[in-house]
Amino acid sequence: MNSKAAPDQTSPPLIAEPTSPTRQAWLMFRGNLSAMAGLVILLLILFVAILGPSLYPVSPTEMVWMPLTPPGASEYWLGTDYIGRDILAGLINGGRVTIAIGLAAASITFVIGVTIGALAGFYGGWVDNLLMRVTEFFQVLPNLLFAMIVVMLFSASLTNVAIAIGIVSWTATARLTRAEFMRIREMEYVKAERAIGARNRRLIWSVILPNAAPPLVVVSALSTGSAILFEAGLSFLGLSDPNAMSWGRMIGDNRPYILDSWWGVTFPGVAIFLTVLAICLVGDGLNDAFNPKLRQR
Amino acid sequence: MAFPGLLRAAIVRRACNVLLLLLAVLVLNFSLIHLAPGDPVEALVGEMGGATPELIAQLRVQYGLDQPFIVQLMVYLGNVVQGDLGVSTYYNRPVTALVLERIGPTLLLVTSSLFSAIVLGTLLGVFSAQRRRSPLSHLVTVLSLAGFSAPVFWLGIMLILMFSVAIPILPISGMSSGDSSQGIWLYCLDVGQHLVLPALTLALIYLAFYSRLSRTSMIDVLDADYVRTARAKGLSQRQVIYKHALRNAILPVVTFAGLQFGQVLSGAVLVETVFAWPGLGTLAYESILRRDAPTLLGILFFSAMIVIAMNVFTDIVYRLVDPRIKAR
Repeated sequence: MNSKAAPDQTSPPLIAEPTSPTRQAWLMFRGNLSAMAGLVILLLILFVAILGPSLYPVSPTEMVWMPLTPPGASEYWLGTDYIGRDILAGLINGGRVTIAIGLAAASITFVIGVTIGALAGFYGGWVDNLLMRVTEFFQVLPNLLFAMIVVMLFSASLTNVAIAIGIVSWTATARLTRAEFMRIREMEYVKAERAIGARNRRLIWSVILPNAAPPLVVVSALSTGSAILFEAGLSFLGLSDPNAMSWGRMIGDNRPYILDSWWGVTFPGVAIFLTVLAICLVGDGLNDAFNPKLRQR
Repeated sequence: MAFPGLLRAAIVRRACNVLLLLLAVLVLNFSLIHLAPGDPVEALVGEMGGATPELIAQLRVQYGLDQPFIVQLMVYLGNVVQGDLGVSTYYNRPVTALVLERIGPTLLLVTSSLFSAIVLGTLLGVFSAQRRRSPLSHLVTVLSLAGFSAPVFWLGIMLILMFSVAIPILPISGMSSGDSSQGIWLYCLDVGQHLVLPALTLALIYLAFYSRLSRTSMIDVLDADYVRTARAKGLSQRQVIYKHALRNAILPVVTFAGLQFGQVLSGAVLVETVFAWPGLGTLAYESILRRDAPTLLGILFFSAMIVIAMNVFTDIVYRLVDPRIKAR
């Protein structure tokens, strides 16, 4: 968010100054305790994921201590796994992979979903009919199974994992975009733009899309959370780059040893949980900030 | 306005739609294998440890891989219509038989967890919608956030840790203790005990979702005019809630139950893997490890069929719950 735009004083200004919608949303967001908590957790996690490996230079893939050392029993705080790898180093480095894939997959989801939803909602008629059939088709496919097959058939590189998650997750975004476009298409200002000769392309991308942005921002936040869970599921099943450490893979690797080491599976799961929870809280906060009327719920 | 002609037209349209969806799944299935690098013959040759170019060419002809794409696709579709989804490269058995063996346990797991999640979730949602600031209401909000954020396989592992280390009362793996000679009732009891943890894992995730969904939907409905009218004419709280409001509030729940079935099956893949539940999910996991593409595609096809059937079923339920759309 644009934290620079935040004013220092907390008392409301005496004269009602016109505030931009973005600023209003930020003020609303800032007053939302759980959303701010989510934002702080999220920023912390991002900080660790970006700078962590240089601040804590322990290899996540090499044996550093006795296998199955419990937390607190050595200089490796969170203990070691079944082949003596440092759990903390795994968390720090795995977070990078998990978050990067989550963001990449969510971007793919966004691009496909918004394009299909925008075209269907804007043109209506047979375009809408056709694109909604396609959407329905992707909704019927069990998404994890489909992604598993794509990743298996086309090799488990990180790029393929992100693409596979992206192509199975866009239907919700598409439906939402379509609904927004159908609504906004009928607005006065869109008709006015059309009357002064704006072409369809301009109407779609420069007139309607920016006005449909708030709900799309919220759904994108949530789909980043889903994509992280999805990546965790795939790498838990062993469908990820074998050279890249990730949270899901740590859980999958340590699963056979849970009776000897609860820490090997617990900490990576907590990391996934906290990350997705923080994203959810921010998403919910954005939703409230964009739709103040719904807040009473 | 239940007009027989209209209704029939709706059914016909629906049936065509279902067939088209199935056809699309099959075409996608086939294209995936076709597009993927490497083909069955290469895999076979790899397993044999190499072969002469003549043998490879002969195998290609034998498998029909020398034909153009469209011909191969037609042959594939023809086979599927006859119930032939190919042969598992690992088990060397027909995929259809393999999948049918595993479909029962998956359906048992998925339906029992989804059913309990929907019933419990709706009740939680209804109660919390009536008292929006009560602790229960906050619990629903927290639960739904936690349920969305927790990876389902991790939740299962945490439950295993809890029930195998702390309170070892429930079995944590498999579907039965393997002794089916004890009589049908004891066997059912045995399966039931094994079902508790996997079903609980899957149900918790969806309980979170449905409690929040029905809470929001119930709040919407409780503000509607007809609910106020029902109250005004002196109906008891119970009658207003269960006869007037719930019937409308439950519509989104029904819709999502159908829409989400594919995701529930996906969740089942992970849960089954964690609990070694012998369903489609473990079969899919094993097939991934063995790179058994025909079996995986067979599972995808059958799962898509289950989802489509579930969608048709929710459509029917929807019509029963909401008399307004009977003719649509």
